[in-house]
Amino acid sequence: MTTAYERRPVAAADTPALRKKLDTLWETSPGFYGWLATVDHKQIGIRYIITAFLFLIAGGVEALIFRLQLSWSNLHLLTPEQYDQLFTMHGMTMIFLYAGPVLSGFSNYLWPLLLGARDMALPRLNALSYWIYLFAGIVLYSGFAFGFGPDAGWFNYVPLAARAYNDGPNIDLYALGMILLGISTTVGAINFVVTFLRMRAPGMSIDRVPILIWGTLTASAANIFAIPAVSLAFFLLWLDRNVGTHFFDVGAGGSALLWQHLFWMFGHPWVYAIVLPAMGMVSDGLPVFCRRPLVGYTVVAVATVATMVLGFGVWVHHMFATGLPGVSLSFFSAASIIIALPSAVGVFAWLATIWTGRPQFTTPFLFFASFIILFTIGGVSGYMTGSVPVDWQLTDTYFVVAHLHYVLIGINVFPVVGAAYFWFPKMTGRLMDERLGRWNFWTMFAGFNIGFFPMHISGLLGMPRRIYTYGDGMGWNWVNLVTTAGSFLFAIGVLIFFWNVFVGLKRGKPAGDNPWDAPTLEWATSSPPPPYNFAVLPTVASRHPLWEDRLQAVGERSVTAKGLVLDKGREALGTTPLDAAPNIILKMPGDTLVPLCLALAMTVLTAGLALMNIIMAALGVILIAAAILAWLWPQAVLGETAEAPHA
Amino acid sequence: MRENSLPVGAMDTRASGWWAMIFTIFTEASLFTYLLFAYYYLAAQPHMHGTFPEGGPPKLGMASLNTVILLMSSAAVAWAQFSIEHNKKWRLVAGLGIGALLGVIFLGIQMMEWAGQPFGLSSTTYSSLYYVITGFHMAHVVVGVVMLLALTLWSGRGYFNSRRFAHIHIGALYWHFVDAVWIAVYFTFYITPLLGLKA
Repeated sequence: MTTAYERRPVAAADTPALRKKLDTLWETSPGFYGWLATVDHKQIGIRYIITAFLFLIAGGVEALIFRLQLSWSNLHLLTPEQYDQLFTMHGMTMIFLYAGPVLSGFSNYLWPLLLGARDMALPRLNALSYWIYLFAGIVLYSGFAFGFGPDAGWFNYVPLAARAYNDGPNIDLYALGMILLGISTTVGAINFVVTFLRMRAPGMSIDRVPILIWGTLTASAANIFAIPAVSLAFFLLWLDRNVGTHFFDVGAGGSALLWQHLFWMFGHPWVYAIVLPAMGMVSDGLPVFCRRPLVGYTVVAVATVATMVLGFGVWVHHMFATGLPGVSLSFFSAASIIIALPSAVGVFAWLATIWTGRPQFTTPFLFFASFIILFTIGGVSGYMTGSVPVDWQLTDTYFVVAHLHYVLIGINVFPVVGAAYFWFPKMTGRLMDERLGRWNFWTMFAGFNIGFFPMHISGLLGMPRRIYTYGDGMGWNWVNLVTTAGSFLFAIGVLIFFWNVFVGLKRGKPAGDNPWDAPTLEWATSSPPPPYNFAVLPTVASRHPLWEDRLQAVGERSVTAKGLVLDKGREALGTTPLDAAPNIILKMPGDTLVPLCLALAMTVLTAGLALMNIIMAALGVILIAAAILAWLWPQAVLGETAEAPHA
Repeated sequence: MRENSLPVGAMDTRASGWWAMIFTIFTEASLFTYLLFAYYYLAAQPHMHGTFPEGGPPKLGMASLNTVILLMSSAAVAWAQFSIEHNKKWRLVAGLGIGALLGVIFLGIQMMEWAGQPFGLSSTTYSSLYYVITGFHMAHVVVGVVMLLALTLWSGRGYFNSRRFAHIHIGALYWHFVDAVWIAVYFTFYITPLLGLKA
């Protein structure tokens, strides 16, 4: 006899009748309500990606403006204060509002499809994560919009960021916005980790997940441990500035270096969090265009995790010039240099994949392959500055600016644009234009290198970063002019990308389910996928479910046409953490406004604190409590309450 | 495996919420780790005599009493967890209610200690650390008490039985965590100054 507490799930073939039933169960409500209330990971993922690209445009325009200011000596297009706000906003936008969230967007969209699941483990948390991200972005831009943007650099060192040297709301809005954004990143990270442990299709043991999963998992696990450091740093700074505590106040026994420690304990893991998922995209996408599996899956997966583990022990390399004891510098220098090892594992695995494969020079291939070059250049300059004496010479010069742009644009933007070409057909059912794609790639690649390679030279010539302008006699004129020209060419390349997205949406060729003949589960469902992703749940027998016939003549086969049918309400299958054996039938939430309300309530609290309005802040707290209670109130439909057994 | 029946819905430690709470606790534990790092880091900076801790090592009485109260509260909640697994609804309600009540008593004693301090939030670096770290912990206790009260209400309304108790275990996990954090805070503020670990 079956009670409501347990059930024997039925396995059956995929039928139109089943699809019709699942459609009514899973489809988001139409109209504006549905837009606000959806918990569908695909809609949330695309929203994340679009929002992140809007911030990429904003951050890019900020950079172009101050590149004009720097293009020749003694220019005064901007005032020094405008310049300070622009470069701070540029760094903050690119690092916190573009680079992390765009990867969250792709992972949100792709994870359940890659894992053969119906949704993320915690769909409402997913919606909450997006809404908080959006509102935090608005808070972080609100000061700038009124001329009070943060102006102490994106890593916001004290004492420059302390009240004594920085009166006004600039830094306060930065601090509060970052705390809000930290909540978004944290709940998103928890969702990815739980999804990894619980939502993989039956048979997808941990050695069968795509490398993108490893990348985002590693980044998320790191975020869970690292984000509190920066949220706390900003909160303590806000207290120092507004209620007179003395955490960073050297005169009263505090420490300015405490800020740097807390910031970089977070900051360095964060650097890996915004590149490892992008490396995962390359590890999964590049082999498709080499017509062979990735060389060295296991070592690449292990190297991904190892990079992050080491990444928690290198933060002091941002602080080599602060006068710390030699033994500390030696330790952190060694740790920083050792990270070259797991990084090199990836590089050689990608090279070997190309070398032993049959490369197809498509647009995504060009972006993925060029990433290897840019990552190597950025890696070598990072290795150089990992050495203490070299760092003492180069710290706070344009050499470091060149390094971090090769790393962040090379390992984030190039793979992301490649991933956009690669997965655009899955998201929209249409292909982007290949010819325009070549123009896009070569313009971006040329613009990037013309723009950023000369920064190595201006750095070696001694040009400090963050200076507003420079004298004619310094000899930095031409190198800066070339940098500015390159940055504009790069921007044109990015514009071609957006144009190609637009063209693809309007009149791209129909893609079909699997236009690239790729091996993983997202290509087994339709393009775009139905709201429930998979009508019957796939069973996985290898790393390449759609390539099994050609990779292995005999042996077990993955099954996608027949599988468990979960259709008694919105249901998903929970599996065991390591082996992915069926473990539980999960009841999944449908459309709800509660995540949006909770995000709004948190924003009310943030605004109350920003305005130092106690009533507004208290109202925010009450609304947060109410929203959380509404969220957690036990619901029969989610299988959370006791019920009478069925006869 | 397919032949076997599977549990449906939010079931014990297989519920997604239980897993989410584990990782929420990891991130919260990290937050307190960074707070205590700030304490020890700043303790190691040079301070004028008698300002770290402000006015010498703090008195143990009230904080020690509070430690016992929180441990009793955890025990009450554990008893509630045990009771619902055996379908004892009113023992569940009682356990959760006692846990919440002890939490409120903890907060009252903590407020008394705050009120009795000769220093304020902005007096010194030590006083800033004292109020902010104990304040962070109190905020967590407040959240925990609200959560225990909600669980008490839901239990009284008969939402849970010996099969459906995931909410109880998830909430209890958080409460035990909040109590464990207090041990770390207590050790840092009340015990380490007595061990000669001062700047």
